Amino acid sequence: MSKLQVSLYRYNPETDSAPYMQEFQVDTQGRDLMVLDVLHLAKEQDNGLAYRRSCREGVCGSDGMNMNGKNGLACITPLSEVVKGNELTLRPLPGLPVIRDLVVDMGLFYKQYERIQPYLQNNEPAPAIERLQSPEERDKLDGLYECILCACCSTACPSFWWNPEKFVGPAGLLQSYRFLADSRDTATRERLAELEDPFSVFRCRGIMNCVAVCPKGLNPTRAIGKIREMLLANAT
Amino acid sequence: MSTMRSLSFDAIIIGGGGAGLRAALELAKSGKKTAVLSKVFPTRSHTVSAQGGITCAIAAADPDDDWRWHMYDTVKGGDYIADQDASEYMCSEGPKAVFELEHMGLPFSRFDNGRIYQRPFGGQSKDFGKGGQAARTCAAADRTGHALLHTLYQNNLKNNTTFLNEWYAVDLVKNANGDVVGCIAMDIETGEVVHVKSKATVIATGGAGRIFASTTNALINTGDGIGMALRAGFPMQDMEMWQFHPTGIYGAGTLVTEGCRGEGGYLINKDGERFMERYAPNAKDLAGRDVVARSMVMEILEGRGCGEKGDHVFLKLDHLGEEVLGKRLPGIVELSKTFAHVDPAQDPIPVVPTCHYMMGGIPTNVHGQAIMQDAEGNDQIVGGLFACGEAACVSVHGANRLGGNSLLDLVVFGRAAGMFIEGALNEGIEYLDASSSDVESAMKRITRWNESESGETVPELKRELQDIMQTSFGVFREEKNMVEGVERLDQLRGRIASAYLPDKSNAFNTARVEALELDNLMEVAEATAIAALERKESRGAHSRYDYPDRDDANWLKHSLYFPADKRLGKRDVNFAPKTVDMFEPKVRTY
Repeated sequence: MSKLQVSLYRYNPETDSAPYMQEFQVDTQGRDLMVLDVLHLAKEQDNGLAYRRSCREGVCGSDGMNMNGKNGLACITPLSEVVKGNELTLRPLPGLPVIRDLVVDMGLFYKQYERIQPYLQNNEPAPAIERLQSPEERDKLDGLYECILCACCSTACPSFWWNPEKFVGPAGLLQSYRFLADSRDTATRERLAELEDPFSVFRCRGIMNCVAVCPKGLNPTRAIGKIREMLLANAT
Repeated sequence: MSTMRSLSFDAIIIGGGGAGLRAALELAKSGKKTAVLSKVFPTRSHTVSAQGGITCAIAAADPDDDWRWHMYDTVKGGDYIADQDASEYMCSEGPKAVFELEHMGLPFSRFDNGRIYQRPFGGQSKDFGKGGQAARTCAAADRTGHALLHTLYQNNLKNNTTFLNEWYAVDLVKNANGDVVGCIAMDIETGEVVHVKSKATVIATGGAGRIFASTTNALINTGDGIGMALRAGFPMQDMEMWQFHPTGIYGAGTLVTEGCRGEGGYLINKDGERFMERYAPNAKDLAGRDVVARSMVMEILEGRGCGEKGDHVFLKLDHLGEEVLGKRLPGIVELSKTFAHVDPAQDPIPVVPTCHYMMGGIPTNVHGQAIMQDAEGNDQIVGGLFACGEAACVSVHGANRLGGNSLLDLVVFGRAAGMFIEGALNEGIEYLDASSSDVESAMKRITRWNESESGETVPELKRELQDIMQTSFGVFREEKNMVEGVERLDQLRGRIASAYLPDKSNAFNTARVEALELDNLMEVAEATAIAALERKESRGAHSRYDYPDRDDANWLKHSLYFPADKRLGKRDVNFAPKTVDMFEPKVRTY
């Protein structure tokens, strides 16, 4: 059994003047490992290899990275899904500053998330029990609340690459719509007012890379479409 | 030392999971200078993996539901060493804490009448065990932990909590009087080591399932807070009590929620027999987790296990139909396909009992104040130190936690700690400052790793530790095996003390973090091992071949492990709830 040829993006700001690709040979013993397992094996060869990981089951969103050209979560991506011709190339998520190796600075991504005020706003006094919500109203949150903030979508989005300061990006907009769609949220008008400019929402060109890469199978493009409709309805 | 930067807060919360974020929220709202220090971005904490729900008598599924029934189940589930005052507090305050979460925006699933959806979970009953199965676990599909953690993070953003994200707490700083006055922490991105001063230090670092080779826990669950507290000389309570969840996916260890059985799924052996009917005729698959896990191991040991090696059983869900699976258990469908290559709508999921939860931890009262014992064996509050969540042992879980009680524990006691600290800060807390030698002693181990020049490396030592725990301290335990485990751990401790960190760089050095985590795994493993060896009975999750019976005469007690002399003492269980009669210990059957 030949070993898997793994090409890893390396950069240590203390010692490297520029990033470079380093080759590893990883013995998978013929198993269809997850990409994260391959990284663990590579780290045993080079202790200095840096990447984030936590839940190892696709719910915490730590290990978003670019695997043979496509963003995804290393922990739930089996080799059989990405490896071509026994080669695996791993790079950090594109478009964000690299801190070290596969670890990117998520600051811009989080800033756009915070900008949409990602929390329920309700100006009515809360009842003594829960606020009631019908199953149909609650169904509208499915496909929205499940976002794990892994940044696979926003860092696959050319509009976000060009305007990360001004375009909220697919992840932030998905969350924005999660609150716009919530029957319990009363800040619809204020939320939409924050998004009215030409960049925040309207930089989305419908390229749909976000949909193609989302490891949770969510559809930010559809959410963005809904926000556009609300903005347009509001404007007339 | 003089070059080290320091930061000062009224309260520092170590850990950004459910308990830490709930405590932080309370303090942020009060305007106290609070920071959450977390080694991962908060929504990457292990709370995110909780699936089935949060158990609480909100009386949505059954308008007659009563928190006292929930309290009864909790005390019984814990095999009578859950403290009854703490269980009373959790179950009675629970509804308030759950409604708050809903008001914050948590997207609970709903019943037709618009109330929060509740499903049956293991060990739940109506009318103090006499009224049949209850449905008391509030759920957001099977992603309740994710929904809860994100909601809490979002509300902390709303209230401008200060976050020190991707900072690693190394050790507690104690002053000359033994009060905890902050910690030493490392900014992982830059490697800078900082002295964090605080009037209240809250350990909310979660569990330590990574001491076992096979666990449902995240890779980050390395018992950092437990390690810090033990190194600071504080005792740990009930560390022998580890829950093995019945349904970890065979091979991968990932969790499959008890909610699957709550929705009507059940376990079968190789003959297709629903074997839990034999072990727990009434509750069947919804007996306590310890009972179900042991029954599964019995099936496997008696040759009725599934698969080529006969080393697991199956969880059957296909009869629930695609609609229920898609609506109520969508995350499980995903996980099964990914990690077991099984579509549960067609085929059963191979499962095996897998280390899941640490019932023990830092002993606290209901306000989160850490407790130690004075020379006479009386409880004594530790100045400045608090704990909540899985790292704490209040104790509401006793010898076996009920499903869905973990999330409730997080929010009820995170909230309680926050409220208490706010009050204490208002009254004024003054502790003696730490001296430079106090700070230096908290720097010892990071300095040790940084100066290491040769020796064994972290991954091999960690594997060995996990192998010892798996071999000697699993679902069933016995003296000889445990003695051997304790000896191997003792020897391993020496090797870890002289282990080697090859990578000394500063920027995002994950190897250094893993080295520091290994020290904590070692502390937790040893406390677990010694407590397990010394508790000479079987109770809840602690099950011994050589002492198969519960021994209330000698062991209706908490165990208390003292790190200085590696001694196991005892501490009284509380049997004095304030508003209800106490529940007498009874034989525990389901």
